[in-house]
Amino acid sequence: MADKPLRVLVGKIGLDGHDRGAKVVAQALRDAGMEVIYTGLRQTPEQIVETALQEDVQVIGLSILSGAHMQLIPPIVEMLREQDSSDIIVVVGGIIPREDITYLKEHGVAEVFTPGSSTEDIIGFIKRKLN
Amino acid sequence: MYDNENKEMLYEAKKAWLEKLNKVKEKHPERKTFKLESDLELEGVYDLLDMENYDYMDKLNWPGEYPYTRGIQPTMYRGRLWTMRQYAGFGSAEETNERFRYLLDQGQTGLSVAFDLPTQIGYDSDHPLARGEVGKVGVAIDSLADMEILMDKIPLDQVSTSMTINSPAAVLLAMYMAVAEKQGIPMDQINGTIQNDILKEYVARGTYIFPPRESMRLIVDIFAYAGENIPTWNTISISGYHIREAGSTAVQEVAFTLSNAIAYVEAAIKAGMDVDMFAPRLSFFFNAHSNFFEEIAKFRAARRIWARLMKERFKAKNPRSLMLRFHTQTAGSTLTAQQPDINIMRVAFQALSAVLGGTQSLHTNSRDEALALPSEHSVLLALRTQQVIGYEIGATDTVDPLGGSYFVETLTDHIEQEVWSYIDKIDEIGGAVEAIENGFIQKEIQSSAYRYQKEVESAEHIVVGVNKFTTSSEQPIDLLKMDPATSQRQVERLKEVRLRRNQGKVAESLQELRRAAQGSDNLMPYILTAVKAYATLGEICGVLRDVFGEYQQQINF
Repeated sequence: MADKPLRVLVGKIGLDGHDRGAKVVAQALRDAGMEVIYTGLRQTPEQIVETALQEDVQVIGLSILSGAHMQLIPPIVEMLREQDSSDIIVVVGGIIPREDITYLKEHGVAEVFTPGSSTEDIIGFIKRKLN
Repeated sequence: MYDNENKEMLYEAKKAWLEKLNKVKEKHPERKTFKLESDLELEGVYDLLDMENYDYMDKLNWPGEYPYTRGIQPTMYRGRLWTMRQYAGFGSAEETNERFRYLLDQGQTGLSVAFDLPTQIGYDSDHPLARGEVGKVGVAIDSLADMEILMDKIPLDQVSTSMTINSPAAVLLAMYMAVAEKQGIPMDQINGTIQNDILKEYVARGTYIFPPRESMRLIVDIFAYAGENIPTWNTISISGYHIREAGSTAVQEVAFTLSNAIAYVEAAIKAGMDVDMFAPRLSFFFNAHSNFFEEIAKFRAARRIWARLMKERFKAKNPRSLMLRFHTQTAGSTLTAQQPDINIMRVAFQALSAVLGGTQSLHTNSRDEALALPSEHSVLLALRTQQVIGYEIGATDTVDPLGGSYFVETLTDHIEQEVWSYIDKIDEIGGAVEAIENGFIQKEIQSSAYRYQKEVESAEHIVVGVNKFTTSSEQPIDLLKMDPATSQRQVERLKEVRLRRNQGKVAESLQELRRAAQGSDNLMPYILTAVKAYATLGEICGVLRDVFGEYQQQINF
């Protein structure tokens, strides 16, 4: 295990107000020893990237249940690339149809967790990816 | 009912039975301890002794009688079934109008409008923050022109329409009134509900715009205006649904909802209104979750607590002020993406609990909602589920069929007690607004949500298809496909509306709204004038944002 704790940004993008999943995941990551920066609601892609760079995180966890994921998530990956920060991994949780999952993963999202995923799985995934 | 001698016999008999029970348990231990989310450990069986000294008249009485535990009408579903009301809306006003007319043709009896997020947060479809959201979780409504299309060929004096709209509720209500007026319908003949419950938006649902105090003013303005102009309209639907979806327990759902309700009643009284003027038009909205008997008891307890609150605390005299009327929706958060067809069964049991709990209207979720917005086929199945409950299985033949059940009455009493103790706690904090501002309610919900997640992950709580009886071969189902061109078309229509209208009238109406917002006039007439001039939702809310400011979410995390 690394000495320094992992730093993770957990954010709600778009106008969606359903933050139960984001908060539960944030708390679980924190309980697993990670440092979590929770952004709260109504973040734009630009705000997410800005906060992620400022806070020097290794992981961005985005929660979205409104269906706007196809418009809001690819720009985040794109902006990270432009800022030479493609090493930050982006994971997504929410109501995401199967074919959109395929698209998002082809466009730089590391993993998508749909309803019913366990926080253990999410923690395990992040640790595997970064070790 | 039992004299002392018979009571003795009963005690003796129970003692003997318990001895037998313990022997059985020694040989065949029970699978686990059985408890509710709110920590009540359940007995294996309940009996007459649990209802010793039970005061029937005080706690139950007959249906339609105070404290309305058994239902708000004497005949309940023997007179008329609940309103079958499926929440629907997506894409453009045309597409949603088509879905509405389909549902009405299939025997649905009321409409329920889902608006997209930009509409709910008071942004026009071309606002930068509306990116990707137009027409997604509901229909996009930018101006009266969209509302005219949404309600096209739907006779507004014959359907009742529920609108899930909160911060901009006054604007959407004004649009609806304007359409009814164009259809030539007198204002006392339109029926429906606006959600208009801002307090739960700060803790659970997130579509707030203005700070609490200004939001409360808008709500009280609507109470006062509607009382005089649209007397049969339900001016608020005080909602526990989203509090529960955010992870609360059943007890917290009722407690926080009723605490919010107390805040609205107090605000209206403080503004000089007589309680019996507005209380009969208050309505409620609850969640039907998975623990079948706990949910039934929850609905019954909520009715009893509300009746007592209104009578004893607020001295309401009109019986209608004391009756808790509520809409129910099955629990979206219990739907699973895994083996989605299982959701059909979950929804059916949840819906049955709402009916046995005496709901006035019901939305059943569709099986595919953990994956996407529901397809037409899935929505039809969900509606048919209600029709089976209503017409086939006999559940509606007797009023409050579980009334008097030792178990259900014990649960009802338990939930009532727990809710009162939360209400006392929130009173001590200084009321719901304070308890939201200091983060108490958010923290309570968050800790229940986290605990539930842990219980699912440790398989202490079983979710079929998720942590037991899983399968690796998932059958894909057909999902609703959104038309990607909808957003563009919506923006074009908005531009056209902005071009076509009388600009002078729009500017003047917005200027007058601004002045009124800065003062203390009731804002409804000003909003109605602006709406009729085709001022857009974003323009109207923009003026109010300028005057009232915007709420900044505090992150209690």
